[in-house]
Amino acid sequence: MTASTVEDASTLDARTPAPLLRVVNLQKSYATPQGPLPVLHGVDLSLAAGATLALMGESGSGKSTLLHLVGALDHADGGNIFLDGVDIARLSENDRAALRRQTIGVVFQQFNLIASLTVAENLAFQARLAGRLDPAWQARLTHRLGLEALVARYPEQLSGGQQQRVAVGRALAVRPKLLLADEPTGNLDEAAGDAVMALTLELVAETGCAFLMVTHSARLAARLQRRETLEAGALARS
Amino acid sequence: MRQTLWTLAALLSHWRRHPANLATLVLGLAIATALWSGVQALNAQARKSYDSAAAVFTGGTAQTLVAARGGLFSQELFVRLRRAGVKVSPALEGVARIGKNDAGEKNVRLIGVEPLTLPRASTLAALSETKEATNILTGAGRSFAAPQTLHDLGLAEGARAKTERGFALPPLVATEDAPPGAVIVDIGVAQKALDKPQRLSRLIVAGDARVEAAQIAAVAGDEMRLVEADEESDLSRLTDSFHLNLTAFGLLAFLVGFFIVNASFGLAFEQRLPMVRTLRALGVSARALVAAIGVELLAFTLVAGGLGVLGGYLIAAALLPDVAASLEGLYGAQLSGRLSLDASWWLSGFAMAGAGALLAAGSGVTKTLRLPVLSVARPIAWREAHQRYLKRQGALAALALLGSAIAYRLADGLVSGFMVIALALLGAALLLPVALAATLRLGESLARGPLSRWFFADGRQEIAGLSLALMALLLALSTNIGVGGMVEGFRQTFLHWLDERLAAEVYYEAATPKDAREIEDWAKGDPRISAVLPIWRARTRISDWPVEIVGMTRHETYSAHFTLLEARPDVWRALFEEDVVLVSEQLARRLKLSLGDALDIPATSDVWRARIVGIFPDYGNPKGQLRFDHAKLAQHFSDASGVHYALRVAPADVASVMEELQRRYGARIARLIDNSGVKKISTEIFERTFTVTTALNTLMLIVSAIALFASLLTLSSLRIAHIAPVWAVGVARKRLAGLELARILLFSAGAATLAIPLGVFVTWGLVAIVNVVAFGWRLPMQVFPAQWAQVFIVALVTALVAAIVPALRLARSAPVDLLKVFANER
Amino acid sequence: MKGKALALHLTLLPAILLALFAGAACAQGFGGLGSDAPGFETPKPGAPVLFPKDHGAHEAFRTEWWYVTANLKGADGESYGVQWTLFRHALEPKSGAGWDDRNIFMAHAAATSAKEHLFAQALARGGVGQAGVESAPFKAWIDDWRFEASDNGFTKARISAKDARFSYDLTLTRDAPFVLQGEAGFSRKAETGQASHYYSQPFFTVDGTLVLHGRAVKVAGRAWMDREWSSQPLAPDQKGWDWFSLHLSGGEKLMLFRLRGARDYLSGNWIAPDGATRLLAPGDIALEPLSQSAVGGHYIPTRWRVQVKSRSLDIVTAPLNPASWNGGTSAYWEGPISFSGSQNGEGYLEMTGY
Repeated sequence: MTASTVEDASTLDARTPAPLLRVVNLQKSYATPQGPLPVLHGVDLSLAAGATLALMGESGSGKSTLLHLVGALDHADGGNIFLDGVDIARLSENDRAALRRQTIGVVFQQFNLIASLTVAENLAFQARLAGRLDPAWQARLTHRLGLEALVARYPEQLSGGQQQRVAVGRALAVRPKLLLADEPTGNLDEAAGDAVMALTLELVAETGCAFLMVTHSARLAARLQRRETLEAGALARS
Repeated sequence: MRQTLWTLAALLSHWRRHPANLATLVLGLAIATALWSGVQALNAQARKSYDSAAAVFTGGTAQTLVAARGGLFSQELFVRLRRAGVKVSPALEGVARIGKNDAGEKNVRLIGVEPLTLPRASTLAALSETKEATNILTGAGRSFAAPQTLHDLGLAEGARAKTERGFALPPLVATEDAPPGAVIVDIGVAQKALDKPQRLSRLIVAGDARVEAAQIAAVAGDEMRLVEADEESDLSRLTDSFHLNLTAFGLLAFLVGFFIVNASFGLAFEQRLPMVRTLRALGVSARALVAAIGVELLAFTLVAGGLGVLGGYLIAAALLPDVAASLEGLYGAQLSGRLSLDASWWLSGFAMAGAGALLAAGSGVTKTLRLPVLSVARPIAWREAHQRYLKRQGALAALALLGSAIAYRLADGLVSGFMVIALALLGAALLLPVALAATLRLGESLARGPLSRWFFADGRQEIAGLSLALMALLLALSTNIGVGGMVEGFRQTFLHWLDERLAAEVYYEAATPKDAREIEDWAKGDPRISAVLPIWRARTRISDWPVEIVGMTRHETYSAHFTLLEARPDVWRALFEEDVVLVSEQLARRLKLSLGDALDIPATSDVWRARIVGIFPDYGNPKGQLRFDHAKLAQHFSDASGVHYALRVAPADVASVMEELQRRYGARIARLIDNSGVKKISTEIFERTFTVTTALNTLMLIVSAIALFASLLTLSSLRIAHIAPVWAVGVARKRLAGLELARILLFSAGAATLAIPLGVFVTWGLVAIVNVVAFGWRLPMQVFPAQWAQVFIVALVTALVAAIVPALRLARSAPVDLLKVFANER
Repeated sequence: MKGKALALHLTLLPAILLALFAGAACAQGFGGLGSDAPGFETPKPGAPVLFPKDHGAHEAFRTEWWYVTANLKGADGESYGVQWTLFRHALEPKSGAGWDDRNIFMAHAAATSAKEHLFAQALARGGVGQAGVESAPFKAWIDDWRFEASDNGFTKARISAKDARFSYDLTLTRDAPFVLQGEAGFSRKAETGQASHYYSQPFFTVDGTLVLHGRAVKVAGRAWMDREWSSQPLAPDQKGWDWFSLHLSGGEKLMLFRLRGARDYLSGNWIAPDGATRLLAPGDIALEPLSQSAVGGHYIPTRWRVQVKSRSLDIVTAPLNPASWNGGTSAYWEGPISFSGSQNGEGYLEMTGY
């Protein structure tokens, strides 16, 4: 993490624990043929370790962009993202990859499982990449997610809910400090979505990681500790 | 490292789920490598044999001296040079026929050397390693030959081979050091066996002593010519074109194989893009991805390259006998029958596989590496992309065709001849998708029903995926038509020419000139024999090219039958009354001679100036040939071998005349054959020459069928997405499968249609450019529509075979597979 | 490469005189020279030596040689030695014409100074003219190396040889008649009867030119010619020899040899200035190696004490160049020497089989 800035301790309130994630004045725009299109202008957000937060907003409000920046999938144009005290807003490509491997777990709407790997292999994949495979934890996760009978199957042989459980398991197998989810139940029916959600929250509580979820479902958002809404690229004051 | 490893595991897991894709990829790369390295192995083997033949004397480094006017020279020159302090060693080479135990006989290169003065670097110096070397100069002496040669001759070690003149060579000893097809004896033995007393063909300069031309001139005047070690041997010069032909074929075959690899890789990378995106999202660095892909390519190179090199070895081993036979028949070059290849060949096979893999994977790899982590899986605007693709293809095709035209206008070498053909092939291949797309567009605009409109519209989308395979098919088909046309044209011309050339009924070769005179006297007195035609032969060199000289006598055998391409009207009178000659087409082209030109011909003791009154075809002869009056030949070439004769005999008497010759003269006739026998031998040589061409041609067609099959197979899974909606709205699977099949047949028919004019162009290129440069003769251009029909059918059958499996799969596919298209929101 | 060629020649010519030098371990003494010679003539005592016929080749015998060594003084004041030798060896008793000739010729040429010893070898088949010997007038040659007499009487002769590094062209003038060695030209080599026909011409005076590495020197001095032919000159147990040819003061010459076998065989000849010879009894001669030199991988006694008791000769010889090693197909030591003691003078020493 060469190009990072360490957060100045004096700016922190000494009585409250330092938040795991602190987003400060985050800016991002996309190039379009009609000129740059600003998506985020000045987002501020913080999330304590172990806390859960639902990020809501209309389509195009920039919530997925924010998630991608926090997830070190893309780089910001301005502002800072302090994750565990280190600014990840403008890390190099390699450092961002390392961060994704080691510290962050992501669950996508499209599951994004590797079609040619079995369930067991998919579950272990990120942990193996990070060099952090813990067989006991892996077994426990598999059990908790109810995937024991399916480990030898390939993703295409699973239902959507099962696939998403695999994705959650893959993300949590590394014991990330921060779990991100982008409309994790968007492709599932209500019952399956609820089941996945319940499991995810249980496991988040069990691992003690922070959880940031993007959703447009108020019903789901209500199950998390905090809710924030993005409106036109900035957090709406609630 | 760990990252790279797990990334690699994920990448490789793709192949586990797509074994057919993997198989075509490996097979394609292996076949491409095999065809290429097989051809290279044949070339390498031949070159090694030529080198070993040359190294007999020189060890590849020494200078040699030959008669300035070609042919043999007196041994006395050797003594004079030695006594003037020039360190040379004498040698005599010649061809001897040795009878096999079973029927038939075989030519061997008889090499006489002098063991005491032979340069140390020469191959023969290695004979010293055998204890038999002791016996060269004592007792019966020794003959040395490679084990393969002994095997070919059907003789065992210790046997004494008998030459056609009845001379018993010293007992044979097997040694790997002897070049293939050669028998090495003491110089004195060679002079006796070849009936060339006191004559030598070559002097070898001792390796460590360089000799200046002036030194030679001081002793031998202008009689001897110094040949530097690095001067190409006649053999490698003469056979160059043959090998270039082979190489061109190898390259074309590699290209066809390469198309398969490219198609498979392209598909694989396309299919793996979502996986790569996930991998990147999970934190795989770009560096680890590059490393993993690199390792993957290396693995492919090793596996497919290994299989390919092995296949190449097998191809070479299978074709070697035919290549060896045609090289021997055409050029008298002897190839070792046992394939032995050095490390560089194996390595170059792997290098070719690696280069092929890298090149084929290139676009896929760049696409993969450039993939942004967050690119949204957007349905590609294929119509737009397809237009761009067609435009690019069209532009490249135009460029290739222009290049072909420029190559034709600019240069006249063999390489540029192949360039003309290759660029035209490439241009046409690139044009194929464009032409097919245009046809489909036309079909679409003419189609009435919705299903037929969909048939054409969807076909256009399918072209992009199939274009490489179709291009490979087009190349294979047109090469087939082109080469087939050339070979068939050659066969017809050659057989007709052979009939005319072999107008006499009986041919014989006497053991010695003295025997020849006696037989001639007898033949002249025999009432059954209407004419005795001496066909004396001599050798010379003109402008440093070996030239054969053949005598002719005034007889209707020649004036009525001997084919001339161009001649003065009174050629058959002038030939026996003036200082004139006939030259072969090869010689005329090589030396740019035309009718009426004067030619200086180095004769045994002078230079004879003669005018050209005729040019005759001499198909299949790598050397130039001069023909003129028998009397003048005897006068100017005292070295001439006066043992070849032809007899005119009434067909009914042929058998009895031959029988009587055999009975009367026995071993004094070295060889006796009737014209049908000569024809048989000549056509055999001809057929074998093109066996290799035909074999490579067939292999190429098979490979292109595999390419088509591979592409269709891998495409079929993608096709489901296009077909499912049509199925959903009420078209039966069987109907859809039939339409798929029909579409492939339409494509192949299109390729085959384009292949016909292209193939004719290839024939023209081979006949008018390549053959003229390569062999020195030009065949009349002929076309064979029956062959076209054949190729057309082959194309359709190929397509049918390739398409039937995917079509059947579609017809039998479970509805659930088709439904998945909708369920998964592709 | 060189090793291969050597191997060729060695295996090709195993039975010939070359092999006699080839190695001390040779079980048959001097290789072929000790072996039986069926089909060849053997030397007989009392057979007359006739000139000019015997200058020529004796094809009925297996082996013979023409040997010239010269002790020379250069215009530059340096001492030099020159050797010119032609060997003939018949592979088989029956020989034909042309390439069927079964005679092999080998020639050695050497030039010695205190600083270096240059040696060259030539090989040739007989029968075609590359090498040969004629008797009247005498003429022996191989390639462009020659030994020729001016006339049948051999009053003058010329030797020449040429190699990349050296060449010489010397004129020999005869001062006295030819000298028959042994018993009127019959020279015994062992108690068991082995012998050769042997004559010499030790009285040549020499002048001419010697070229070493392109530098020509006028030279003058004395030469000694040896002629010997036989078919089986050595006993089976004889491994090699030490051979002296010495120019004594007062125009006297001395030839001595020792054949090393189970028992050494010593012989010698004291030659008066007029060519009259006196055979020396074996007990009259004492040869004692004094010191050895390592040459060509062999230990060679290059300094000798030489005694002829009846003549009160007691001298010590020293080589002009201890490294006078003729490292051809068959290697041996041959070089000019000088001596001092009861007499001073010069000569040549040949040592084989070490």
